[in-house]
Amino acid sequence: MAKVEEGLYYSTTHEWVKVEGEEALVGISDYAQHALGNIVYVDMPDEDDEIARDEEFGAVESVKAASDLVAPVSGTVLQTNTVLDDTPGLLNSDPYGSWILRVRLSDKSELDALMDAAAYSRFCESL
Amino acid sequence: MEETLKTTCLHDSHVALGAQMSPFGGFDMPIQYRGIIDEHNAVRHSCGMFDVSHMGEIVITGPQAEEFTGMIFTNDIRNIPSGKILYGMMLYPDGGTVDDLLVYKFSAEKWFLVVNASNIDKDYEWISRHADGYDVNVENYSDFFGEIALQGPDSEKTAREVLGFALEDLQFYTFTQLVPDFDRNERIIVSRTGYTGEDGFEFYGSYAIIREIWQKLLDAGVMPCGLGCRDTLRFEVGLPLYGHELSEEISPVMAGLGAFVKTDKPDFIGKDAILAQKSGGVSRKLVGIELADKAVPRAGYPVEADGTQVGTVTTGYNSISTGKSVCMALVDKEYSAQGTEVGVRIRKKVFPGTVCRKRFYDKNYRK
Repeated sequence: MAKVEEGLYYSTTHEWVKVEGEEALVGISDYAQHALGNIVYVDMPDEDDEIARDEEFGAVESVKAASDLVAPVSGTVLQTNTVLDDTPGLLNSDPYGSWILRVRLSDKSELDALMDAAAYSRFCESL
Repeated sequence: MEETLKTTCLHDSHVALGAQMSPFGGFDMPIQYRGIIDEHNAVRHSCGMFDVSHMGEIVITGPQAEEFTGMIFTNDIRNIPSGKILYGMMLYPDGGTVDDLLVYKFSAEKWFLVVNASNIDKDYEWISRHADGYDVNVENYSDFFGEIALQGPDSEKTAREVLGFALEDLQFYTFTQLVPDFDRNERIIVSRTGYTGEDGFEFYGSYAIIREIWQKLLDAGVMPCGLGCRDTLRFEVGLPLYGHELSEEISPVMAGLGAFVKTDKPDFIGKDAILAQKSGGVSRKLVGIELADKAVPRAGYPVEADGTQVGTVTTGYNSISTGKSVCMALVDKEYSAQGTEVGVRIRKKVFPGTVCRKRFYDKNYRK
């Protein structure tokens, strides 16, 4: 049973968003890491890149396959989590403690289209 | 359209163990149980077991069995002793590969062929068709045999302690038949072979006895390993997988496996084409490529140099044993020399790499 952390927003493509004022952290859910298996590489955008909601902004590579990362919100990349360069397996062991991007949100109303923890739990159960 | 998948005799156990299942070679097979990395490391450092019952077994018998087997198989089976196993290929007349396989010699009149799951029907048809005019019988036993591979440095000890099999004198690439103490009803075939680059054994028997062996190993704590790590293990030591490094279009010479094609023996199917390739060279060659970055090159990704595509990745991983992102790729021969700078296109970017030997981790066989 995949863990879902309270207080985050979730997309149907299993990214999470943690809002901190005008900024947000973006990561992947426990459901996603479990489905992927052992993660060996995270392909991240560069700082100052723009990401657009519902568009691919990078990829997570497990041993067996590459899986696109899809932006749950639009914004400007402020920082990427370079710790993941050497220890991508943190996305498996601590998916909610391991953010991938910090972004400046360009449109906070986009959050309304995402799921809260309860809705995302139901969504995962339906899969 | 949904294809009906076959299941092996151990399918119930995989499901009970919670394995992630996926189609492979027409079978519903376990890809992983606990995780590919743990399973991979178990085989490299202690041991693990695989359900490889999907593999095909074809038996050739009769007065002309040796002569006929020599006609369809690239390695030289003349003068090998009973109990010996050889690796090699079956070829099309143009040198393309029908399949790669193991040939077990029971006697001059009985040969046991182990072929890839995805090729069982094609191989059986190919062998049967070419048997016309020979005094031989070709039988497909693939639905009779289950098979377990026990692989890793602790395999011999585990086989002795858990199964009561004394295998210390069984040499690499030989086999024996034995009657297990725990079930005196039948003989099984045991060979010192595998597909991981580690010491180990493969057991062939009826479904009933294969289930017994699997359960005993499981009860003793041997780690069940899926096809996920079977692929990472064979890849690291440069072993080919049919459909990737060998195919109808990829000859053993292109794949760097010419040593298993004995052009000094009498006629066999594909001999003329291989002779021409060995003397005249081939336009594409299988190489290893090591990337500077950790992005993962995967089958089908383009290999580029000088702004143009010069090859295609056949298998690639971030190597579990070395941590490096490496791949095997079929490239134009101008780019096949070790040290050549090439790139692999991964998504939108081209990642720089260097052509290297296609063995990324050394084999640890007990010979």
